[in-house]
Amino acid sequence: MIRLEAVSVTYPGQASPTLRDVDVSVAEGELCLVVGPTGAGKSTLLRAVSGLVPHFTGGTVHGRVVVDGRDTRDHRPRDLADVVGVVQQDPARGFVTETVEEELAYAMEQLGLPSDAMRARMEEVLDLLGLVTLRHRALRDLSGGEQQRVAIGAVLTAHPRVLVLDEPTSALDPAAADDVLAALTRLVHDHGMTVLLAEHRLERVVQYADRVLAVGPDGSVAEGAAGELVVRVAGGPPLVELAALAGWDPVPLSVRDARRRVAPLRARLAASEPPLPHVPRAATLLSAHDVHVRYPGTHAVRGVGLELAAGQVTAVMGRNGAGKSSLLWAVAGAAPRAAGTVLVAGRREAPAPADPAVLDPREARRRVALVPQDPGDLLYLGSVAAELAASDAQADAAPGTTAALFAGFAGAVPAAAHPRDLSEGQRLGLALAVQLAAGPPVLVLDEPTRGLDYAAKRVLARLLAEHARAGGSVLLSSHDVEFVAQCADRVVVLADGSVVSDAPAREVLVASPTFAPQVAKVLHPLPLLTVDEVRDALAVTG
Amino acid sequence: MHPAAWWAWALGIVVLAGRTGSATVLTLLALTALAVLLLARRRGGPAPGAYLTLALAVVVVRLVFHVLVGVPGGGTVIVDLPTLEVSWAPGLSLLGPITTGGLLSAVIGGLRLAVMVLAIGAAATAAPPTRLLPLLPPALHHLATAVVIAVAVAPSLSAAAGATRRARRLRGLPTRGVRAVAGTALPVLADALDRSLALAASMDTRGYARLLAPRDRRVTPLLLGSLVALGLGTYGLLTGDLRYGLPGLAVAVLLGAVAAGLAGRGPRRTQYRPARWRPPDLLLACVGALLALGATAGVPGGALAAAAVLGAVVGSVREPGARYREALA
Repeated sequence: MIRLEAVSVTYPGQASPTLRDVDVSVAEGELCLVVGPTGAGKSTLLRAVSGLVPHFTGGTVHGRVVVDGRDTRDHRPRDLADVVGVVQQDPARGFVTETVEEELAYAMEQLGLPSDAMRARMEEVLDLLGLVTLRHRALRDLSGGEQQRVAIGAVLTAHPRVLVLDEPTSALDPAAADDVLAALTRLVHDHGMTVLLAEHRLERVVQYADRVLAVGPDGSVAEGAAGELVVRVAGGPPLVELAALAGWDPVPLSVRDARRRVAPLRARLAASEPPLPHVPRAATLLSAHDVHVRYPGTHAVRGVGLELAAGQVTAVMGRNGAGKSSLLWAVAGAAPRAAGTVLVAGRREAPAPADPAVLDPREARRRVALVPQDPGDLLYLGSVAAELAASDAQADAAPGTTAALFAGFAGAVPAAAHPRDLSEGQRLGLALAVQLAAGPPVLVLDEPTRGLDYAAKRVLARLLAEHARAGGSVLLSSHDVEFVAQCADRVVVLADGSVVSDAPAREVLVASPTFAPQVAKVLHPLPLLTVDEVRDALAVTG
Repeated sequence: MHPAAWWAWALGIVVLAGRTGSATVLTLLALTALAVLLLARRRGGPAPGAYLTLALAVVVVRLVFHVLVGVPGGGTVIVDLPTLEVSWAPGLSLLGPITTGGLLSAVIGGLRLAVMVLAIGAAATAAPPTRLLPLLPPALHHLATAVVIAVAVAPSLSAAAGATRRARRLRGLPTRGVRAVAGTALPVLADALDRSLALAASMDTRGYARLLAPRDRRVTPLLLGSLVALGLGTYGLLTGDLRYGLPGLAVAVLLGAVAAGLAGRGPRRTQYRPARWRPPDLLLACVGALLALGATAGVPGGALAAAAVLGAVVGSVREPGARYREALA
């Protein structure tokens, strides 16, 4: 169905090709997963298949890309529209119209389908993706998961043979992500659709994949069965690490497979002591009482109280639209709250506790710093070096402070690079360095793991732990259960703007059907969350 | 309702408001337009706050200006403010006595503009302008696309500007002043460019412009001629000069039809759920035409205002079965 023959892609102004000598083919009806570190060229591979590379992005392509018999050399993306359906990473950015039905009809209108065929396909797709109840709704009012399903539906109405998706679940809560993946597997199994899917969070998708294409940092692409290849990807999903620890071969790819083989491991672990609960220090750095946030038409946060203690990492979880971001911004004093009080502890020079919303912004950021969902928002200068220098000046820090922090997270990055050209992980690192330069004890991160690969997430988790150990406190929101299991001491679950549970991470995560990490699901009922904990427990029992 | 019907009705009201001098008629029109606006909002239209604010502001600004620099009209003096002569601008005097006659003419002037704003707002809420675009002939397809993209990107652009401003606050940077604007402009523009590219990529991969035939050379001059005639005709209609008004409109329609015919040849895109003209839509559009023509021809405003109200009622009442069909959907 998809054939790439000796394909190399070089973007203008770049010395080395982004993809190098790629020779792969994907058969009809396969669900093929594209993996690799951030910035390795996964998106380029997907765009080459849809014809966007080179017709839309520019660049030089050597070799041949053939999709369902059509060569992308002489077929523009629009000429492939009835063969390849493309779903972008952020579905809202690809919406052309206002309502669900208009959006689904758009591709059919462009193809010039007759009216009765359009009506028939419309109903088919609405049923297939469970969008019937949403058909007249405005696109902007939909939740993230609904938007993603509409984006998939909007390309399905053209009856493509191939579906290409770039990280379709990265912005979704676990339940919405499951919905989207269920819809995709149904398309593959029942309708013979060929799916090419790029994803960072392998634990979610690898069990559904027939095959894996691994894009290396040098642009080469290896192909293989899911079980063999995922093992080689640096720092794979928790199940793969657990398998390596327990010596399971072949590697189980789903929780179900792992649970069938877990009995001996669980018996060994049952003898070990459960890990000690984390005891936070007494000092409270930030306390919020009865916080309300309202927008026109919505009451986003309804009377939430929160105490952030020194030495603690707190994660806020919940569905898309549960009020997590609103709560974080209100607690950091960076967005208006309708009611409630927030007090953040003072520092040596200004010891009185104060409300960060009324403090001068420059004083506020010395006490509590927030990194927004898109860390790029914080960066506005033309080069990394300029950002680092400006940050030192704005934070009244010694020259080089921000640079030292940044080097700690991201390693060596060319100082002349434009912040927009950095990888997701490096950009987050830069934004974090800028915010930490003022030395705030309370660090708030809104959805920091979006688009990060396993290596970058591990660095981030280490960093947050160090910040907490140094007497700071971290508050973050995340959909990534594995990341939360790795770094959080305490989990607050929000639903509809109110706190549903607020307890030590272990209690919340182990018991929850949606938020339990893979290790907890496999080892149930043992209260272990991460592979590291399993490793420690095994070391104790021997 | 057919989207064009609401716009015809609103344009009729605009013409009537421009021609009438009666405070009663204007008040009636304002209330009618307001009712349509609020009802359309309740049925899921976009928020009408901007139109309401603008309408109110127009009236207030008109009154303030009248008090400040207005020429006193006839009637009883309400407040006798001292007149201040401005030394450096001979002939200009500030304040001065406020009379009932002057105040009334100021209110009517403000109300007239407010009615126009509310009528357009009501049409835009009941039938968003994007829904008019599919009605345009294929000759205007590119223009329609540009408008769709502008409409789609504008709100996200303001969201991006908001995000950047909040992010500046997070860094402890000033959010007001020239330097702040300079600091936000670049990220916001970069974001707008990103969004436009993402949108263009999405449209391209979904087959946009795949069926467009190469364009006929005669289309553009014909369209330009049609637009000029349309401008002349509208001007004539609004000023009551029928010598320009009717022939101008007729020529505009003729040229436009020829251009559309030429450009529309060849394969074309189709439409899901094309808007249909049913009896209530026709009635509403006829009311619009009646208002415009009647006001130009000097028919009494009261009768026309009653027709406008009737049109609003016809347009707002749901046809039987609509509620049932929506419940099913």
